[in-house]
Amino acid sequence: MLFHAFLIKYAEIAIKGKNRYLFEDALVKQIGLALSSVEGEFSVVKERGRIYVYCPEEYDFDETVEALKRVFGIVAICPVVIYEDRGLEQTARDVVEYMKARYPDYRGTFKVYTRRARKTYPVPSMEVSAELGGSILDAFPGASVDVHEPELTISVEIRDRIYVYSDTIPGPGGMPVGTNGRAMLLLSGGIDSPVAGYMIAKRGVKIEAVYFHAPPYTSERAKQKVVDLAAIIARYCGPIRLHVVNFTDIQLYIYDQCPHEELTIIMRRYMMRIAEHFAVKDGCLGLVTGESIGQVASQTLQSLAATNEVCGLPVYRPVIGFDKQEIVERAHRIGTFDTSVLPYEDCCTIFVAKHPVTKPNLKVIRRSEEKLAEKIDQLMEEALKTTEVIVVGE
Amino acid sequence: MEVYFDNTATTRCYASVRDIVVRTMMEDYGNPSAKHGKGVEAEAYVRRSARILADLLKVKEKEILFTSGGTESDNLALIGGAAANRRRGNHIITTAVEHAAVGQPAAYLKEQGFEVTILPVDGRGVVRLDALRDALREDTILVSVMYVNNEVGSVMPIEEIGKLVHEKSPYALFHVDAVQAFGKYRIYPKKLGIDLMSVSGHKIHGPKGVGFLYIGEKAKVQPQILGGGQQGGMRSGTDNVPGIAGLGEAAREIYENLDGNREHLYELKEHLAKGLAELEDVRINGMPLREGAPQILSVSVMGVRSEVLLHALEERGIYVSAGSACSSHKRKPSATLSAMGLPKEQMECTVRVSFSEENTFEEADYFLQVLKELVPMLRRYSRK
Repeated sequence: MLFHAFLIKYAEIAIKGKNRYLFEDALVKQIGLALSSVEGEFSVVKERGRIYVYCPEEYDFDETVEALKRVFGIVAICPVVIYEDRGLEQTARDVVEYMKARYPDYRGTFKVYTRRARKTYPVPSMEVSAELGGSILDAFPGASVDVHEPELTISVEIRDRIYVYSDTIPGPGGMPVGTNGRAMLLLSGGIDSPVAGYMIAKRGVKIEAVYFHAPPYTSERAKQKVVDLAAIIARYCGPIRLHVVNFTDIQLYIYDQCPHEELTIIMRRYMMRIAEHFAVKDGCLGLVTGESIGQVASQTLQSLAATNEVCGLPVYRPVIGFDKQEIVERAHRIGTFDTSVLPYEDCCTIFVAKHPVTKPNLKVIRRSEEKLAEKIDQLMEEALKTTEVIVVGE
Repeated sequence: MEVYFDNTATTRCYASVRDIVVRTMMEDYGNPSAKHGKGVEAEAYVRRSARILADLLKVKEKEILFTSGGTESDNLALIGGAAANRRRGNHIITTAVEHAAVGQPAAYLKEQGFEVTILPVDGRGVVRLDALRDALREDTILVSVMYVNNEVGSVMPIEEIGKLVHEKSPYALFHVDAVQAFGKYRIYPKKLGIDLMSVSGHKIHGPKGVGFLYIGEKAKVQPQILGGGQQGGMRSGTDNVPGIAGLGEAAREIYENLDGNREHLYELKEHLAKGLAELEDVRINGMPLREGAPQILSVSVMGVRSEVLLHALEERGIYVSAGSACSSHKRKPSATLSAMGLPKEQMECTVRVSFSEENTFEEADYFLQVLKELVPMLRRYSRK
């Protein structure tokens, strides 16, 4: 059956009061962007509390639905068949045809739900439903009406033409990207940070990312892996500016100057400082990490406090309370898992101590950092200056 | 300066190979199975290559079967060889240091119900003949041993193995993966008792995606790719004319100065080994230099993880390999190095340097100089 349009259902943005139009406009824009890579002509139209995607020409149904399923803010996607309005009797015949095509030999319960967007339509909604329901019963002797808990709801919208739909394909939910500011994601090659980025993006936040590259200890392939991960997230949230920071010299300097058990914590404090620098520069309102309490030594509450301390911006950690398995499940769903598990070393693990501190004392850490006074400013400046920005997913 | 020391992974094409490949793509592009003149023209390239290879090996043209490369040749030899000879026995022998293109089919055959014996190697990476002697049986139908090990360059005693196999196991086919040996040594399968032999094009300055399997006329192998019946039904699919033409040309050219090239490679290898000896705590793995393959030097720079060394060298334009390139996506210790009994901390620090006759002493000196600069720095920063 050929669907002529998709009705896009959205929930949260409908309750945003006076700002509602901003959210709707953002959603329309995001849908347009998502469909721009799908072959076919589409028009996205906002009509009185509804968003429709019209597809007048030939298009690929599956590909279109897949693209829509990646647009944050969409709660459900309903494929619609549109009929000319040639009177209620003809509409009844059309609805029966629709049923025959979609659910041949239907024997379950159903109801017809009618909504009149065109109030000048001569017959009230309830009567339209009753009339259409009657025709369906005639054509499907095995079917029965249940208005309270039907197995199947045939929705009929009376607009300039008659819109009929009955399928509801779930969307990702969330809010349209760009409606909730911008944040900087610390993206490693692991499983957690891409999931964290996805979750924040899903709340309407535009994502940028920073990755710490440590040649020759991490390889070009490790970097490519991060670019690939960013590209997967970008399929949901649009292009990502990925900052690739050469972190080797800072890391080696810390290695030289500070106690080895503190290396990871001190390193992460510098990563936060660098991420914040680029965040502020690009107008981001927060940092995002994939940290989860207790997962590794640097993610105990004490360690998190120690890395948190260096940032002025809030740090968002959407997977903080998740078990690894829960994060893995999400990574599978988003599509980042297979890339995340490619075995290239990232810069956090190359020099990791056998027994890193798990309860760092802030005073001690600060004192250790003082040992970096001589060269660290210069090394930081160098790292910021040589950072490469790659726009991923354009 | 760019120094390509990863010639065991692949080599650069000869210019003459490029030219013949272009010609078969742009001018003589017919389908060799076609009846018209354009087809005959294309077929001539295939026949020329078969003739060149047959002459070099002193075998018959019809004993050369073109394939998509080393992996397909090995797969066909093992799976096709086992399938065709199943009635005579159920026992297969191979070694612990084979390329995965042999190791995986052997594992598959084991799953299919064949009994598979895997022979150990000694500390040099050479298969133990006593173990082979003990393993060979009346019902052994296939023995697969590589000529030159791709990771450490150990050279297997092929002639002795051939004799042993045919003495003790009258029904066995002897397969040799000669991917790293062809173009380095003069190999005569009939003299060595080899029934099946795999060769790849891109290891001898030919194109990727082409190789051949020598199948001695008495050997029975069941085809694995069925279709239009090309190559006498042994491997269907339109002949890869550009690849086959390139392979033949590469073989012709590499044999033009085979002995001179080998001597040059050994001199390079000795030069590098001598330079490396000046570095502290560097070990060379495998056989004594002149006994091992001329193009492969396996080096353990103790205290420097091989991946780190690889990327550090890469920054200076030098390309080597950590583990064999085909398996370095998987982070696991090399099967060859483990089988040789190398300690873990040495395996982790092992790189493979492999050259072609195009490499120069100047490049070797640059490599040594860079290594002398890098190693003390890399050793200072290590996992504690």
